[in-house]
Amino acid sequence: MKNIRNFCIIAHIDHGKSTLADRLLEHTKTISERDMQAQVLDDMDLEREKGITIKSHAIQMNYSQNGQQYVFNLIDTPGHVDFSYEVSRALAACEGALLLVDAAQGIQAQTISNLYLALENDLEIIPVINKIDMDGAMIPEVQDQIIELIGCKVEDILLASGKTGIGIEEILKAIVERIPAPKGDPEAPLQALIFDSVFNSFRGIIAYYRIYNGTIKKGEKIKFINTDQEYFADEVGILKLGLQPEKEVKTGDVGYIITGIKNAKEVKVGDTITSMANPSKEAIKGFEEVKPMVFAGIFPVNTEDFEELRDCMEKLQLNDASLTFELETSQALGFGFRCGFLGMLHMEIIQERLEREFNQTVITTVPNVSFIAHTTRQETITVNNPSEMPDPSRLERIEEPFIKAQIITKPDYIGNIMTLCLGKRGLLINQSYLTPTRVELIFEMPLTEIVFDFYDKLKSQTRGYASFDYSPIGRRDSDIVKMDILLNGDKVDALSALIHRSRAQDFGRKLCEKLKELLPRQQFMIAIQAAIGAKILARETISAMRKDVTAKCYGGDISRKRKLLEKQKEGKKRMRQIGNVEVPQEAFLAVLKLDE
Amino acid sequence: MAGIYLHIPFCKQACYYCNFHFSTSLAQRPQLIQQMLQEMVLQKDYLGNQPVSSIYFGGGTPSLLPQEDLRQLLDQLYTLFNINTDAEITLEANPDDLSPQKLQELRTAGINRLSIGIQSFHEEDLRWMHRAHNSEQALQCILDAKAAGFKNLTIDLIYGGPTLTDEGWARNVQQAIGLGITHLSCYALTVEPGTALDHFIRKKKMPAVDADKAARHFEQLMNRTAQAGYEHYEISNFALPGWHSRHNSSYWQGQPYLGLGPSAHSFNGHSRQWNLASNAGYIKSLEQGIIPFEREELTPVMMLNEYIMTTLRTSAGCVLDTVAGRFGEDSRDQLLQAAHPFLQKKWMVLKNNALVLTPEGRLFADGIASDLFFS
Ligand SMILES: Nc1nc2c(ncn2[C@@H]2O[C@H](COP(=O)(O)OP(=O)(O)OP(=O)(O)O)[C@@H](O)[C@H]2O)c(=O)[nH]1
Ligand code: SF4
Ligand SMILES: [Mg+2]
Repeated sequence: MKNIRNFCIIAHIDHGKSTLADRLLEHTKTISERDMQAQVLDDMDLEREKGITIKSHAIQMNYSQNGQQYVFNLIDTPGHVDFSYEVSRALAACEGALLLVDAAQGIQAQTISNLYLALENDLEIIPVINKIDMDGAMIPEVQDQIIELIGCKVEDILLASGKTGIGIEEILKAIVERIPAPKGDPEAPLQALIFDSVFNSFRGIIAYYRIYNGTIKKGEKIKFINTDQEYFADEVGILKLGLQPEKEVKTGDVGYIITGIKNAKEVKVGDTITSMANPSKEAIKGFEEVKPMVFAGIFPVNTEDFEELRDCMEKLQLNDASLTFELETSQALGFGFRCGFLGMLHMEIIQERLEREFNQTVITTVPNVSFIAHTTRQETITVNNPSEMPDPSRLERIEEPFIKAQIITKPDYIGNIMTLCLGKRGLLINQSYLTPTRVELIFEMPLTEIVFDFYDKLKSQTRGYASFDYSPIGRRDSDIVKMDILLNGDKVDALSALIHRSRAQDFGRKLCEKLKELLPRQQFMIAIQAAIGAKILARETISAMRKDVTAKCYGGDISRKRKLLEKQKEGKKRMRQIGNVEVPQEAFLAVLKLDE
Repeated sequence: MAGIYLHIPFCKQACYYCNFHFSTSLAQRPQLIQQMLQEMVLQKDYLGNQPVSSIYFGGGTPSLLPQEDLRQLLDQLYTLFNINTDAEITLEANPDDLSPQKLQELRTAGINRLSIGIQSFHEEDLRWMHRAHNSEQALQCILDAKAAGFKNLTIDLIYGGPTLTDEGWARNVQQAIGLGITHLSCYALTVEPGTALDHFIRKKKMPAVDADKAARHFEQLMNRTAQAGYEHYEISNFALPGWHSRHNSSYWQGQPYLGLGPSAHSFNGHSRQWNLASNAGYIKSLEQGIIPFEREELTPVMMLNEYIMTTLRTSAGCVLDTVAGRFGEDSRDQLLQAAHPFLQKKWMVLKNNALVLTPEGRLFADGIASDLFFS
């Protein structure tokens, strides 16, 4: 055990975690040259396509130094704010963390928030300035920033480049020397904390754990303490590029277990595994429940596919414990789920994964945050869905979730950021200069104002020179109204939105305009209206269709045209009939595209 | 019966709406013709010695070719393929190329049908489209072609454009009918991705296409040509009795055809293939003796969908017995069921055991076809 080192790599998004992990794996010959590719741990199609890490990924390496053999369990983590939950679970399996800082960008918002997460878990931090090969590398300046932030000595900060491989040997040495070996009692009853799980369609559920005490053996009877369920350990092992079965996995190590469980609900990330032969009564402290930030409905395109979708959602939830959902019914869309997401990227990814990995075509509805409504009869109602909003006549007041936003930028952009945030109902709380060229702004803002397009706007207003992090600060009273959309007089519940009254007029107008663009013409006229209660805020009409494209067709056009029409057919499959109007899938998300 | 298509990838200037493959530089013309001759040798068995009933020079602008090139290409075709003595031999021509002398040369070379890219008889439209000819040439070349003895004449006209009024379109149609032109191909202006027109519309330098106007023009066209005795035998094609285009009909009837030259498409009954759309790339590859092409094998479903798509455009319609014979009785029944709403709406009728679009249904031909597609 004294030769085990468990650590993770944490940083702001894109500061080079996955690339640095590549070099460590290469250097320790964990991955053969044949299997090597850039960001090899990002093995989901979506990760490769988007060039970002979405899920934490654990892998074991062997390393020898001064004649001693070491086992390293590395966990690469995502940098995007939406996935900070992945980071906090990875931290629970580690004694140390490599904190990377991009040499050209310096400390950014998630550098700070991930560092604090690691400190809360009492991890040994090894600060590394990464990407020092870059022309814009500002090593002394970034060194100062790091010293300021964590109070270390300049010698403690390593310099590296995941791209060229500079500094890799020093990092490996530092891992041995600075990160403590795991503690724990091999003789004590088994306690293994489940920090992640995935679903495999052949093998069922695979749970990843870190062993705090005892040993887990293949074939023995085990128990999940919190759910109080017993299973056989059909297979246990360690994590290489794939799964590597072992007879047993010992104290301090990171490994996996397969028990043949197929039902996603039985495995809870954060649960503790113990052995029946010598059971531990106590569970290790698990994780705080993740709190979803954004809620939206997900519905099958064909109502008959609801059960299948439920099954897929449960499997997906296993891979992504941060996804929450419950049943929802909509007049327009039938049965579906009200889902909670960590943010908009998370929502987009869930939808894409459902489509790619599970072959489900779904309709996602207008997202909203979670409000609390107080009625005149002193009821308190959580409103995660516009349909849950009580009638205005019964409403006393509504509370809206607020956040504290931390933005780090160059002084040149303060003006733009102020305009942006004040326009989003923000309040400036603090402004402080971290260095003469870096300023930190703190705002209090409604969550709903930042979940949609805030981050994109921030980036464009600052040419990318701003990083952003936020944390919830509770709810405040707010003048929130429910805005409905009517198509030919029929209310479309799936298009209703909860919105601040001051925004309603403008929002309603834009939404009607956008819907006009997105709804295909039909054989009759369509009236699109936005309304609060009985009051119409905006109206657009789509005149009846006269023609669809009937273009020429030569010999050379036949296959092209066939493909075009096949695609059209696919598109039509995704339409929903509402009253007598056919509404395409994109229309339900029109609200997100109002500025395009 | 089979057809042969030759793609002549050169134009004087680029029309704004055009997405065909062509180059405005003629520098590579000699090499290109050489390699097309070579491609004919390599493809001589593609049609399996079936009789060829039509040859079509398309483009680009084949009327840019000197007589000698045409002669060489045709000679080689006659040597290598089984060409009917009464084959329809069409050449696409632009008005600005058709001097009386040029017309004479074309006849001598063996061209017996001309397809002239008139597009409009109005100056304003031609400028807006960035065509190389003017309104005077548009009219004059037709008179000259008739004088040169071309009886089998077709012209292209485009409707729905922003500069074309309803009245202007009526005048174009009337002009064509008045000249006694036996065949008309009339297209709604469509914005193809990547064209200059597409770019201008996106940049808001030109107005978006007005679909209502295009529909009005199409209806006007159907009414007027019907009164004048033309048969609306395919969505975009109108002919006086006996003057249907043999070559284009073969596309819609699923006959095999061989395409030669860059970007040309071929079809042999079960696969489609298309040559590389690059003059330089085409020449270079054929110099190595290799035809650069991509091929797509058609599955039964793809064939059925193509059958539905192409036949629905024709006045003969989609023949149910043919569907049953080629794709099985179930397919026929399923198709008939899917067609039910359209039959009810009177967008379609059952005539001689075939699904045929009504004039109203023709406005929605593509949408109907895609609804009837199998998957
Ligand atoms: N010049 C240079 N570029 C690097 C280096 N390390 C990574 N990059 C580039 O930086 C980008 C982000 O690298 P990743 O390794 O995916 O970053 P990450 O921190 O894992 O990103 P997330 O997981 O999405 O937070 C990629 O384009 C890399 O090629 C480096 O040392 N030098
Ligand atoms: S002449 Fe014909 S092929 Fe050439 S650019 Fe104009 S439309 Fe296109
Ligand atoms: Mg990564």
